[in-house]
Amino acid sequence: MAKTPAAVIGVGQTHHRAKREDVSMAGLCREAMDRALEDAGLTLDEIDAIVVGKAPDLFEGVMMPELYLAEALGAAGKPLLRVHTAGSVGGSTAIVAASLVQAGVHRKVLTVAFEKQSESNAMWALSVPVPFVMPVHAGAGGYFAPHVRSYIRRSGAPTHVGAMVAAKDRTNALRNPYAHLREEKTVEGVLSSQMLWDPIRYDETCPSSDGACALVIADEDVAKASPNPAWIHGTVMRSEPTTAAERDQVNPQAGRDAAAALWRQAGITDPIAEIDAAEIYVPFSWFEPMWLENLGFAAEGEGWRLTEAGETAMGGRIPVNCSGGVLSSNPIGASGMLRFGEAALQVRGAAGEHQVDGARKALGHAYGGGSQFFAMWVVGADRPAS
Amino acid sequence: MRDVAVVGFAQRQMQDYDGSPQCAELLVPLFAECYEQTGWTREDIGFWCSGSSDYLAGRSFSFVSAIDAIGVLPPVNESHVEMDAAWALYEAWLKIQTGEVDTALVFGFGKSSAGVLRRTLALQLDPYTLTPLWPDTVSIAALQARLGIDAGLWDETAMAEVVNRSLTDAEKNEYAVRAGGSSVADLLAKEMFADPLRKHDAAPVTDGAAAIVLAAGDRAREVRERPAWITALAHFSDGLQLGTRDLTRSESAQRAAAAVGGTAGIEIAELHAPFSHQELILRSALGLPDDVRVNPSGGALAGNPMFTGGAIRIGEAARRIWDGTADRALGHATSGPALQQNLVCVMEGRN
Repeated sequence: MAKTPAAVIGVGQTHHRAKREDVSMAGLCREAMDRALEDAGLTLDEIDAIVVGKAPDLFEGVMMPELYLAEALGAAGKPLLRVHTAGSVGGSTAIVAASLVQAGVHRKVLTVAFEKQSESNAMWALSVPVPFVMPVHAGAGGYFAPHVRSYIRRSGAPTHVGAMVAAKDRTNALRNPYAHLREEKTVEGVLSSQMLWDPIRYDETCPSSDGACALVIADEDVAKASPNPAWIHGTVMRSEPTTAAERDQVNPQAGRDAAAALWRQAGITDPIAEIDAAEIYVPFSWFEPMWLENLGFAAEGEGWRLTEAGETAMGGRIPVNCSGGVLSSNPIGASGMLRFGEAALQVRGAAGEHQVDGARKALGHAYGGGSQFFAMWVVGADRPAS
Repeated sequence: MRDVAVVGFAQRQMQDYDGSPQCAELLVPLFAECYEQTGWTREDIGFWCSGSSDYLAGRSFSFVSAIDAIGVLPPVNESHVEMDAAWALYEAWLKIQTGEVDTALVFGFGKSSAGVLRRTLALQLDPYTLTPLWPDTVSIAALQARLGIDAGLWDETAMAEVVNRSLTDAEKNEYAVRAGGSSVADLLAKEMFADPLRKHDAAPVTDGAAAIVLAAGDRAREVRERPAWITALAHFSDGLQLGTRDLTRSESAQRAAAAVGGTAGIEIAELHAPFSHQELILRSALGLPDDVRVNPSGGALAGNPMFTGGAIRIGEAARRIWDGTADRALGHATSGPALQQNLVCVMEGRN
């Protein structure tokens, strides 16, 4: 049985900041939702179902906050789903919303993902205590630094590649009015910033942000009225456990399998040639070359060469994170949906100053946990051939 | 829509699980039971989806360790909802409807005894106006029960009748953590716990886990003579604010019943009613005829593991279709304070 075609017809996001003290959680979500609805030319009353995503509830200190938010999100009297798949959640949530349309259950679905990190302390919320696991208390950077060191050792990448990614993404963010960190960075400047978790420097890490992202996903009939729908060509999720001797945490099989399944679904045989823009979840700079390989844009050990040659910059062969990416804005639960939404903006020709000229197909990518949960989609300017 | 059926179900319920802090390892024997019932292996499962809560577990990312129960490699197509596993079943059903997969294993787990459940659940309320007052689950349910009594919609005798029937039926349920019928008079003679609720009017604090297998078309027929075909599945939410809802009714349950095409012809209904009076609200909201057999398993009053209790209702209803007890059965799940969210799953027995 074939899926019902579905398209993104509205994208909205908040201005991301360290502390959005001017809005409550509800206000933050509505800021993104109202922009997405305006973009789609729909009102909240016309929406069939609401799908909410966010990372751990301990980030805000409210158990299942979508319950109390139901009225504010327009979900009272409607079906309301809440997804949580760790850092990949923004992507998985968009995929669940898409499946409501693709399954033929609903015609107009609104999905919103958010994190208001300033309500709590992410370091505390992420430091899982005994008796559950060994007390590491190293935060995400401390957790991923060994993976990055291993990548550098295995690939022989020169040590300035990470700084190149950070300088590119932060500078790209100058073209994105919603980005949290908007500052021109040079490679030298990044290299001179404080080393936090060797080899990850301060300027190579993502910020903690308050922010939300919302998408309106619709079926073909509704999408016809849109001047520029972003058609969904493929969606995928893959997971594997955190800890096992046979795992390769630098180049996880879950990511490789997900990418292979995604390209197959989207009818893509040569990703670097066929994808015009990629929004990849890069919370620490080195994950750009690592994921370029994991996704199949480059052979294993070769991803850093694309970055070093400037091919991931705007105007390169595979522009990555023209929006500034996670390195410039990181409301954790929303970060994945921002990648998915920015990919949609590119193929809709609606990315403003960070638009890649003539983008027809784009990748949205998110990952979470210990590099173990992956969610991805490909969106295109053309309706997929069924 | 594709024909999708419930073809496997396994559960554990206990008063106080003395293993790990979150019951995730209970999933290993449950998956084994599902493989045994279906004759399948891990590779036959197209999609995995779970329901659980970080706040119940007292830690972030509590669902992450549950992936360990599936096994390491190859990676799996997997998702998770921060809701009762009945909604994970909904997501899995969607995934099968997209045509991407033909089979799914849905699971939920939760250790309610790890904290003070009624206090933990107060954190589900509005963090600005309600949670600071710490109205616990039992107190909110008591207010709801009182409103219905004052409005003349039910009385303590009707509530005791629900309890007596449930605990009598629970005698035949090996997983029940509370069982043993007596009489309405005996029950009414017990002391008040949170007026007008007596202890038996509230579901016992329960630890547990459950797993359900879904399959489409021939994959379902290869497993069972009489798969429990899902003929309709729908869920709705109400707002949370207790002051703006009529707590004696359940609009979202009513909408769900309408969306599944009504409940005429239902023979057995497994209702997820953690408090006795909530069964009365649900019966009326769902429009269940008087002759429907309600909660032959004993229902949530006999055992209610959080984030699994709703999915167990669907499994219990399906089981009675497999064994020929019913041709048409309904499984219901609720989530959120005072029946805020409701899901209805209608199943039919045929080959």
